[in-house]
Amino acid sequence: MIRTRLFKLAASLRLMLPVLTVLLAFWSPRAARADQLSADLSGLASTDSTEVSAAIVKAANSGDARALPALRALDDGKLRFDATKQLLIQGEHGLTDALTGAPATARGKLEEPVSDNEVRRALSPALASLSLSAPSAEVRLKAAKELGRPSDEIVPILRKVLAKEANSDVRTALALALAPADMASEQPADRIRALEAIRSSSDATFKSDVERLLTKGPDGKFVETDARVRSAASAAISSIETRQFLINSVGNTFYGLSLGSVLILCALGLAITFGLMGVINMAHGEMMMIGAYTAFVVQNFFQAHFPTHLDWYIVIAVPTAFIASGLVGVAMERTVIRHLYGRPLETLLATWGISLLLIQTVRLIFGAQNVTVANPQFLSGGVEILPQVVLTYSRLTVIGFSIVVMLFVWALMQKTRLGLEVRAVTQNRAMAAAMGISTRRVDMWTFGIGSGVAGLGGVALSQLGNVGPELGQQYIVDSFMVVVLGGVGKLAGTIAGGLGLGLVNKYLEPMAGAVLGKIFILGFIIIFIQRRPQGIFALKGRAAEVS
Amino acid sequence: MNAEPAVGLKALHTKRGWLALAAAVLVFVVLVPALSLGVPVTSALHVPDYLIALLGKFLCYSIVALAIDLIWGFTGILSLGHGVFFALGGYAMGMYLMLSIGAQGVYKSALPDFMVFLDWKELPWFWKGFDNLGVALIAALVVPGLLAFAFGYFAFRSRIRGVYFSIITQALTYALMLLFFRNETGFGGNNGLTDFKSLYGWDLHQPLTKVALYVMSALALLFTYLLCRYIVTSKAGRVLRAIRDAESRAMFVGFNPTNYKLFAWTLSAVLCGLAGALYVPQVGIINPSEMQPANSIEMGIWVAVGGRATLFGAILGAFLVNGMRSFFTAAMPNAWLYVLGALFIAVTLFFPDGVAGALGRLKRKPR
Repeated sequence: MIRTRLFKLAASLRLMLPVLTVLLAFWSPRAARADQLSADLSGLASTDSTEVSAAIVKAANSGDARALPALRALDDGKLRFDATKQLLIQGEHGLTDALTGAPATARGKLEEPVSDNEVRRALSPALASLSLSAPSAEVRLKAAKELGRPSDEIVPILRKVLAKEANSDVRTALALALAPADMASEQPADRIRALEAIRSSSDATFKSDVERLLTKGPDGKFVETDARVRSAASAAISSIETRQFLINSVGNTFYGLSLGSVLILCALGLAITFGLMGVINMAHGEMMMIGAYTAFVVQNFFQAHFPTHLDWYIVIAVPTAFIASGLVGVAMERTVIRHLYGRPLETLLATWGISLLLIQTVRLIFGAQNVTVANPQFLSGGVEILPQVVLTYSRLTVIGFSIVVMLFVWALMQKTRLGLEVRAVTQNRAMAAAMGISTRRVDMWTFGIGSGVAGLGGVALSQLGNVGPELGQQYIVDSFMVVVLGGVGKLAGTIAGGLGLGLVNKYLEPMAGAVLGKIFILGFIIIFIQRRPQGIFALKGRAAEVS
Repeated sequence: MNAEPAVGLKALHTKRGWLALAAAVLVFVVLVPALSLGVPVTSALHVPDYLIALLGKFLCYSIVALAIDLIWGFTGILSLGHGVFFALGGYAMGMYLMLSIGAQGVYKSALPDFMVFLDWKELPWFWKGFDNLGVALIAALVVPGLLAFAFGYFAFRSRIRGVYFSIITQALTYALMLLFFRNETGFGGNNGLTDFKSLYGWDLHQPLTKVALYVMSALALLFTYLLCRYIVTSKAGRVLRAIRDAESRAMFVGFNPTNYKLFAWTLSAVLCGLAGALYVPQVGIINPSEMQPANSIEMGIWVAVGGRATLFGAILGAFLVNGMRSFFTAAMPNAWLYVLGALFIAVTLFFPDGVAGALGRLKRKPR
């Protein structure tokens, strides 16, 4: 009984001490402190947790910021001591003296101070109080921001520090750290200060706490009795909500754009084969799958032969995938689809058969499991434009890549001889043939290009998600929807359809959930097609009659 | 498309046709059940339980094949979404079977197990009444019919045809599959409805019940066949074929293609619902994967393999393709997708009129 009471007394004393330190720190004579500090810290060189914690408390009491490196090192598990009880820090480049920071050598065996729960309990308030009383405002701000939700032990310390703090940034950070404690405070002024800090930070983590203040209890009265506090609370909530809305809009737009550009990449090839040639290619998704697996093969080739330039595999993978998928497309056209022109339903079934063959072949070669295509080093990571909104480089690249592919397809169709011939054959096959265009050759090339573009889409997909034999199947329905929505035969429509679907999908997702959002969209498309079978961009005049 | 069998309008069949049909009925409805129930297990003539289950499944598939033949073979509309109607019929039956489990489930609750698992306290409104077999059977026919009618009404009215219609039906089945995958939709989500115990008091695991379901499937197939036969040999059937071959011309002659297409389309969906309702108690499970777009496309290939626009061919195709599936998935699982893929290609490239057409050509060869 007595023992526990004594223990409690000691503990509460220990909690009070750092407060005193902060106050004391400013008038201690400097010269006397160096020796004093090393004496205080000497207890750290021990494997006994009581001794270590006592030393921590002493260091905190000293209020000397020079104790910080040693304590931080202890926190990180990098503090050592040698046979002479000299404190050393194990850095990346060898040992340094814990107090002076000068390179040092160990005498005798190196040991690590004990670090258990008791030590940690003492360590966190000591670190907080020491760093918050550092002379540099930058250090104080950093320390205040790192506080997180402070434990009960350091709340009183923080209050004291806040009262003395002159720098406004540090004050805001401290007030925010204190907010949970202040909200529970008896003093309305404390609560208002907390709400003020929450409002200026718009930190969404406090939203439910603040909202609770504005609810009515079972007796019909507000949980918060003070009207001034309530108005501060509603100001804080509206600030949080404005910010959340901003974050969500930016995030949704970004994800919508990136999903949209993936859809465009999937649908662009389809727009060529289906839109221009009128061939329903159910194996289109498998062309993407082949593109993705090509990226995988090229990656493995680089791993085996040029491990030092591994990151550059993606540069080789893009043209390789275009060629690989394009060749498979040409082979399909020459062997099967050529014999089925003018019989779209049969084409649909035959290409479905081809897709089954391709899936099974890939499964037998690479296995049924997903394979990993790693992002190159320069594509991993991202920029954080707002808290919680990270624009990953891989997605940014996919958006940029799809723009490049769009330009490529546009230039191919509008600026080259082949594009001219393709458009001629699309508009009037017989007339084009009469003008000396080999329609069969044009068909083959068109189909090859459409398939190649799908392969490019596959490389993009390999950077965003898993690569497996069923990769293509996931996107086939979506990409048909994009083409149908955009209007068959119009590349611009495909782009509008793809972006529209991507954005709507991502905006709906938070409201309705991913699956329900998708169902809404499919339902919308089914209704939209009823009203406007020609898609967003309808062909006008005589061109509409041909197909 | 032009090789129409000469069909008498008054008689559904020639004398020989009726005899062949009667023989087939005799084998499937009398002989097979008798060999299964009446012959001791040790006998070589005994038809084992798994074969009854397999044949029962095939009979249900054949009903689906007839339904698709009606809309595709005879009317020229390729549906890539018939799996939805099949599954909806199956779900209606599954709901009845689920409720008739009663308190024998894992959680010993009157509610189906998955609802207990989701912590639901009472039956959702759309489950009410499904403890009655009659209601469930009517729903199995009416729900797919209504969905098909509403969908077809808007689609045909907007003159959506050809591949566009096919793609939209694919989107339909895809959307409904996603919907049924959700737990909140209230049909058991991913796992669907399963663990059935009894149908109208009959234990589903008893051989007698299995044979009875099998016989019912066979009779339903017979009924479907005769109905389709009646329709395609009627005047309406001729209009359907006219629409298939030249829709604009049929319209200018004075028929309204929308009504005829809508009729065939809705009837086709109802028949699929019937097949689904018979299918589920025999296989013991219904889940959203039945609505996968791939399944619906495969249904089309049954008809294509058997021979479009011949009812007998559709049934033959369903048996052939599914028989091959059973054989290959057991014997060489890796080869099955190759076989199926090759079937798709070969049938469209080399045998556009399927097995039935090939048999017909063989018969008509000059001696």
